[in-house]
Amino acid sequence: MTITTSSEANGNVSAATARAAASAAAAAETASRRESTAPPSVTMAKALNTAMADAMRDDASVLVFGEDVGRLGGVFRITDGLMDTFGEQRCFDTPLAESGIVGMAVGMAMNGMRPVIEMQFDAFAYPAFEQIVSHVAKMHNRTRGALKLPMVIRVPYAGGIGGVEHHCDSSESYYAHTAGLKVFTPATVADGYRMLREAIDSDDPVMFMEPKKLYWSKDQVDLEALAAEHAAHRAAGTSSEGRAAVARSGTDATLIAYGPSVPTALAAAAVAAEEGRSLEVIDVRTIVPFDDETVSASVRKTGRAVVIAEAHGFASVASEIVARVQERCFHHLAAPIRRVTGFDVPYPAPKLEHYYLPSVDRILDAVDDLQWEN
Amino acid sequence: MTISASQESTTDQATEVRRKFGISVEAYMLPAHHQIQMVAPDGTLKPEAEQGTEPGHEYPIPGDAELMAAYERLVVGRRVNDQNSALVRQGRMAVYPSSHGQEACQVAAAMCLSDGDWLFPTYRDAVAVMAKGVDPVQAMTIFRGDWHGGYNPQEHKVGIQCTPLTTQLLHAVGVAHAAKLRGEDTVVLAMCGDGATSEGDFHEALNFAAVFHLPVIFFVQNNKYAISVPLSHQSVAPSLAHKAVGYGMAGERVDGNDLVALLAVLDRAVKLAREGSGPLLVEANTYRMQAHTNADDDTRYRDNAEVSEWKAKDPLSRMDVYLRSRGLLDDDGAARIADHAEAVATQLREGLGEDVPVEPQNLFRYVFSSPTPQLREQSALLADELAREESAK
Repeated sequence: MTITTSSEANGNVSAATARAAASAAAAAETASRRESTAPPSVTMAKALNTAMADAMRDDASVLVFGEDVGRLGGVFRITDGLMDTFGEQRCFDTPLAESGIVGMAVGMAMNGMRPVIEMQFDAFAYPAFEQIVSHVAKMHNRTRGALKLPMVIRVPYAGGIGGVEHHCDSSESYYAHTAGLKVFTPATVADGYRMLREAIDSDDPVMFMEPKKLYWSKDQVDLEALAAEHAAHRAAGTSSEGRAAVARSGTDATLIAYGPSVPTALAAAAVAAEEGRSLEVIDVRTIVPFDDETVSASVRKTGRAVVIAEAHGFASVASEIVARVQERCFHHLAAPIRRVTGFDVPYPAPKLEHYYLPSVDRILDAVDDLQWEN
Repeated sequence: MTISASQESTTDQATEVRRKFGISVEAYMLPAHHQIQMVAPDGTLKPEAEQGTEPGHEYPIPGDAELMAAYERLVVGRRVNDQNSALVRQGRMAVYPSSHGQEACQVAAAMCLSDGDWLFPTYRDAVAVMAKGVDPVQAMTIFRGDWHGGYNPQEHKVGIQCTPLTTQLLHAVGVAHAAKLRGEDTVVLAMCGDGATSEGDFHEALNFAAVFHLPVIFFVQNNKYAISVPLSHQSVAPSLAHKAVGYGMAGERVDGNDLVALLAVLDRAVKLAREGSGPLLVEANTYRMQAHTNADDDTRYRDNAEVSEWKAKDPLSRMDVYLRSRGLLDDDGAARIADHAEAVATQLREGLGEDVPVEPQNLFRYVFSSPTPQLREQSALLADELAREESAK
């Protein structure tokens, strides 16, 4: 997997150096794969876009709307071309009001539609918080299952793009804390397609957290093959929801990450491998439902764990993961579980963000602290 | 469906309004100079010239059958309110926000709709919910305390009651939008109070409905108080109905204790919405005769004199006098309706008097379509706890 992120252009030098080594190794791996199958190089943006287009083609009740998602194709161009392809009834711009977008989607979902709506940026979703927490999350429970809300709220989230304030929040913990919401976050191009299709298929509302710094990450992915895989899953009634992925196998310690932190964890594991330490990397994929089984199995095997997330660490998803692993793996642990998270400060200005974000070096420092002398 | 499409339809609307009503689009959207009132508080029919109607704001008197059916629901509604308040005093229900005094609004909101139309109520609109066909005991479940909602919204096309203010207006907009996209002629009526017009979702809902040109009627029961805060602290607009023109929709004011006028105005609003005229805002001028709930003390913020003044405008006595004067109601008819009301009250007493057994495992059953592994674990934990309690008995 080749990851290119603009954080490297923002002065994250040490991480960039470490990553350079990792991506060279990954590039070599990719090149060897290319000889055999040679699928095209695809961005996560394209994968997400194709997922929506395919879902809209398969099901006339799938609608896409939000701010600037129509003619412009979204500020990140994730909905590019959907209005042209499916018409202004299926993909359209709304007035600039996030509570309105979510609240209207609730009514549409109550009345037979499957809305896929975009919150333009993480922090711009906060005006919709009441609709999300009080209705999206609770309608099914309130009506004892009589009303299902099959809707997807897409949220470009997290930092690493040098954005101004309110464009880089990691807001997943708010949603994960709210009973009744599923929370997905893809870290790979293939998962961008796979997980968005599954989110749209879900009869329950899904907060679909898109790591915006990975929109332009590329991988050799055959989207048609993924569409076929999705169709087969649907026919069989199976899905990858609730299943974490082992992004890299290792034996000495487990790095648990999700969304934007997965490539950073992989880069750290690549560097550690050169230093003779074998790190396993778990990509959580769906925060809710959480895959305790895969995560615990890995930690029981390695005996050591570091949880990595961009969000502030206090009362966060990372904290929850630490608690869950500790409850399940206590007797297998050789060291306390460490967290590498954003500091408990407001998301910093662009020139300061590299101090804030979990970096390869900070992850490796945490790994070094895992009481190897025992 | 897009901004450009709706701008087009706004232009069309101006032409259409001129053609249909012979007035400018502004004159159509601004409420008439006076509220629409057809029957005076003493029950006499007002002369046509004094009903508040104007060119483009004309309202025919509803038919006899509709008036009688509405009157019956009005009497039942009052009985329901008073029975529920009594059940709260007896400790059978935790709380009941009564619409005593506002029953004409409740009845008209439900009766103006057809079976396939949707109603989105607030927590104070249980009488409207029942008037739309929901079983009285199911409608009271929210206040009985064994679940947050007691009825299936799909069955009678009634949104589920809950306590956040104004959020349901956007759900109404979404239901109407989905129906419009499928080419259905569904109309949606969304209720809120005067205090709720201060909420952001009020603005967003009206604007979305107008921009997407949706068949939604926003029905504001201006009962003068948001718990303790009077209307003057919520808005200094000439009236709440005047807010409509700011969104590009028609607004109207109506005497909210005059069932005849309410039906006339709402029937026309539904007809216009169904014909594709876009959303409308109707403000009903009424009064919350009782405290916000049993937990409230209204003597702290309003005078008895004000309450007495509104008692004289009661919707029931007004309708009783009017229907008798029209020869539509006599003592026998009134007795039959009173019996019906009493039967509903009995149903409530019996239904809410029962101690409904709660099912602890339902805590986990409806969070998602199927429970997550974490919820299954927690469900097992509770089951184990209960089993141990049981065996210790």
